[in-house]
Amino acid sequence: MSVIALDHAALGVGGRTVLRDVSCAIAPGEFIGVLGPNGAGKTTLFRAILGLIRPLAGSIRVFGRAPRRGDAAIGYLPQVRTLLPDLRVRGVDFIASSVRGERWGLPVHPRPERKVVAETLAAIGAEELAERPLADMSGGERQRLLLAQALLGEPKLLLLDEPLISLDQRHQESAVELVRGFVRERGITVLFSAHELNQLIGALDRVLYLGNGQAALGTVAEVMTAPVLSRLYDARIEVVRADGHIFVLSRGRNVERSDHQHDHSHGDAHAHHHHDHRHA
Amino acid sequence: MPTITTTIAMLEYDFMRNAFAAAGVAAVVSGLVGYFLVLRGQTFAGHALGHIGFAGATGAALIGMAPVWGLVGFTVAAGIAIGWLGERISGRDVAIGVVLALALGFGLLFLHYYTAFAAQATALLFGNVLAVDPFTILALIGLGVVTLAALAAIMRPLLFLTLQPELAEAKGVPVRFVSTAFMAIVALAVSESAQIVGVLLVFALMVGPPATAQRLVTGLWSGMILSAALALAEAWLGIAMAYATDWPVSFCIALLSALGYCLSRGNWPARRSAAAQG
Repeated sequence: MSVIALDHAALGVGGRTVLRDVSCAIAPGEFIGVLGPNGAGKTTLFRAILGLIRPLAGSIRVFGRAPRRGDAAIGYLPQVRTLLPDLRVRGVDFIASSVRGERWGLPVHPRPERKVVAETLAAIGAEELAERPLADMSGGERQRLLLAQALLGEPKLLLLDEPLISLDQRHQESAVELVRGFVRERGITVLFSAHELNQLIGALDRVLYLGNGQAALGTVAEVMTAPVLSRLYDARIEVVRADGHIFVLSRGRNVERSDHQHDHSHGDAHAHHHHDHRHA
Repeated sequence: MPTITTTIAMLEYDFMRNAFAAAGVAAVVSGLVGYFLVLRGQTFAGHALGHIGFAGATGAALIGMAPVWGLVGFTVAAGIAIGWLGERISGRDVAIGVVLALALGFGLLFLHYYTAFAAQATALLFGNVLAVDPFTILALIGLGVVTLAALAAIMRPLLFLTLQPELAEAKGVPVRFVSTAFMAIVALAVSESAQIVGVLLVFALMVGPPATAQRLVTGLWSGMILSAALALAEAWLGIAMAYATDWPVSFCIALLSALGYCLSRGNWPARRSAAAQG
């Protein structure tokens, strides 16, 4: 049975259709790289899988049923990480807040819960972050902490929305390595969105490439071709392979990379849909 | 200030005891609620609630009601409105600033038509803890218990929502309900605090101590406890200082609050060596 199955699904945000008529199925234990330009619907797809938005048409099934909000089997690393600049809360408290954080009452965590937090931090080598306040952490350290939290509570499915943003090359590689090691051992299905295929090329099983309201799911060899990508970018695309890397070019310009440089100033668009969903 | 001179001249023991009791209750409530207010970065919204409360209190006096009910009613209503509108307003300093000025303006208008209230208006704006009566203390305790009980009930999802809003939403935290309930709780704490230091100085109890505590300790519970303890210490020391110096109590509390924060921000040798080790 597929972990995620989309059947002629249309997804939209605030009256705008982002993905039209998408059908695909993802098998248990697959590592899927989710790619595509800004606004192609990566975050929207994740939010639909989380049950935060309903498909406008067609259906989405997660673990064989309609997605429901608060599914404990899904670990999630959101792209919009609204982090207050002067947050003087320890790493361990930050993570612990998400352990059954939706329950009422006081935020007290019994020993078994604290143990799970400590073990997860240890599993990704982030023990030293436990006692440090978030305000003193670098971007890479915060990212590692957020990754630890997505892995908490033995999820069966991981949705990692652009976890490589704000990491340098070396940290990007170690983050991908970390996730891959963690999920392989446990048979977890991963949707890992990124700006560039090359960041994930050694780790992924298949690529889900989004663009132009459409989606293409397949192996690197199937998806990373000029005809498929030209359709998704709605432009003449050339795919260049060099030294084990794949570059997506349009008139000689690397479209994946130019997008990336764009991204940091674009948090607003995402924050925006975030709210629309909340009122829906 | 005549009120204070009279108090000192009288050296009323009961009076001082009442002041200590009232300030103690309000300080603990403000320190705990303020901890989350500072953590959430909503201090300005908290400030606006005080001003709206001023309009409520003067308006209530104008129509012959007890000002305290106007204060509580208006701040809670405004708190619910701010919470309900969510991030659309609570992060917007300009919108809050405009509402804040308008509220204070209305307060002035109500005063204009009810000049007999002018003397009490100063107490409302700057506090008058030395004139607290036993009934007010009971009201403060009752209000405080309700406020803290409500805070305890929503504290877990509130913390989750504060630290990781996107994830909290995905995990099923009722975002709007929790934010709205929290702003109502803040409104109650503002009403408490306003009884002691006045609506203009609620920050002295609601922002200074928690901000100081967050500089000094990084643990969650230790932070909350330290915040409440600092608020209590600053309020009591402020009263004692006012007694000794003849300065207004609210000034003394505001001064201690600012002093505590400045000291906590300093780059002291102990902290430098701790940072070097970490």
